[in-house]
Amino acid sequence: MNATEYVVRVRDVVKEYEMGKLTVRALAGVNLDIIRGEYLSIMGPSGSGKSTLFNMIGGLDKPTSGSVFIDDVDMAQLDAQELAYLRCHRIGYIFQTFNLIPVMTALENITLPMIFAGVTADEARERGVELLTLVGLGGRVQHKPTELSGGQQQRVAIARSLANNPSIILADEPTGNLDLKTGKEIIELLKRLQTERNVTIISATHDLKMLDISDRIVWIRDGRIERLERREDLDLQVGEVEGVSG
Amino acid sequence: MNSTQPESKTIRKQIKLPLSVALRISLQNIKIRFLRSMITAAGIFLGIAFFVSVRATSLMTPATNPGDTAAIEAANRQTWLVVMSLLMCTVGITNSMLMAVTERYKEIGTMKCLGALDSFVVKLFFIESSFLGFFASVFGFLGGFLLVFLLNLIRQGGEVFSVIHWGAVFALFGISVSIGVALTVVATILPAIRAAKMPAAAALRVEV
Repeated sequence: MNATEYVVRVRDVVKEYEMGKLTVRALAGVNLDIIRGEYLSIMGPSGSGKSTLFNMIGGLDKPTSGSVFIDDVDMAQLDAQELAYLRCHRIGYIFQTFNLIPVMTALENITLPMIFAGVTADEARERGVELLTLVGLGGRVQHKPTELSGGQQQRVAIARSLANNPSIILADEPTGNLDLKTGKEIIELLKRLQTERNVTIISATHDLKMLDISDRIVWIRDGRIERLERREDLDLQVGEVEGVSG
Repeated sequence: MNSTQPESKTIRKQIKLPLSVALRISLQNIKIRFLRSMITAAGIFLGIAFFVSVRATSLMTPATNPGDTAAIEAANRQTWLVVMSLLMCTVGITNSMLMAVTERYKEIGTMKCLGALDSFVVKLFFIESSFLGFFASVFGFLGGFLLVFLLNLIRQGGEVFSVIHWGAVFALFGISVSIGVALTVVATILPAIRAAKMPAAAALRVEV
């Protein structure tokens, strides 16, 4: 086994969008290797290509050229069924707006990806309760999303993202709709899961609190990686940090 | 983590949505948007009630004389009206189901992020609309039939019982429910295709 194992490899990814007669280049050749088990934050202003890169890594969008590999699988080569399999088993998604299925209880939300994966109802239930307990909501199994606070909904969403033991968790502005304190709790929870369960967490964010716990931070600007920093090197540049994300 | 290592290079295709789960989700979808669902169903209810009332009237009145051209013409006009009304309610259902798709873009996108195939989304929409179509047709039949029956009971008195052929009434029930369900399913084709094409990335959209 290699000393550093890469769970995601992004190679020369270019993404262009047609907007009427205009071609907009959202990503202009991005290369990035994400280490298994690390906490990586993708930072960048609106329109920087941050979301586009995020979508590419999550298999939600295909590059115009270049490749994205997850667990050494080139996503461009996958058909719809294989892509669904990948999303179900290998990737866990966390959204800014939580995105729980409103008609389902907390437990049903968590077990849905397991049922897609063919896990039996009994086992799914058992694992679902276990995951809810893990995120501190053991007593809210039968609650509907509307009966939960924002922070609790995001906890359910985090539990759901872990449903099928994915290799990576993609978190899109996970604290964007939460107040400061709740946001901090969610960040701490993500960090705990990363260290305890050795999950790779990739997060697109504006939240500076997130930098503090990230292993590495990728700065995107004008469709390119502006710089890639390790947390240890970060405190030297706090002034710049605030300037960029403000 | 080591256990995931051996299978990490194989991507399989087994993703499933058991019918029982699909049924439960669809029923919950109807329940949680009950008022909206009822308005959608009202289209089919009224269309079927009209269809049944026209047919039931002819069941409860003596047969038309083959030579009576005025009566035949009136019957033709009524058939035309019934067909038009059923078409109208089909268009109405298509419209409200399309709105349901737009309204649920985030939910559909999220399902796809969790691994749902396009076919799951289609399945959910068809189950939901078949349910609505079925119940609306049953109640539409009851509404239309009882109305005509009561009117004839008042007009003809007990005689109406001797005119009615219950086998034909039962057949009418089968026909009207079949028409109701078929029209709802047809009305859902376009919305279901629209829903299936919704990209998974729709889940990330924040704007309304």
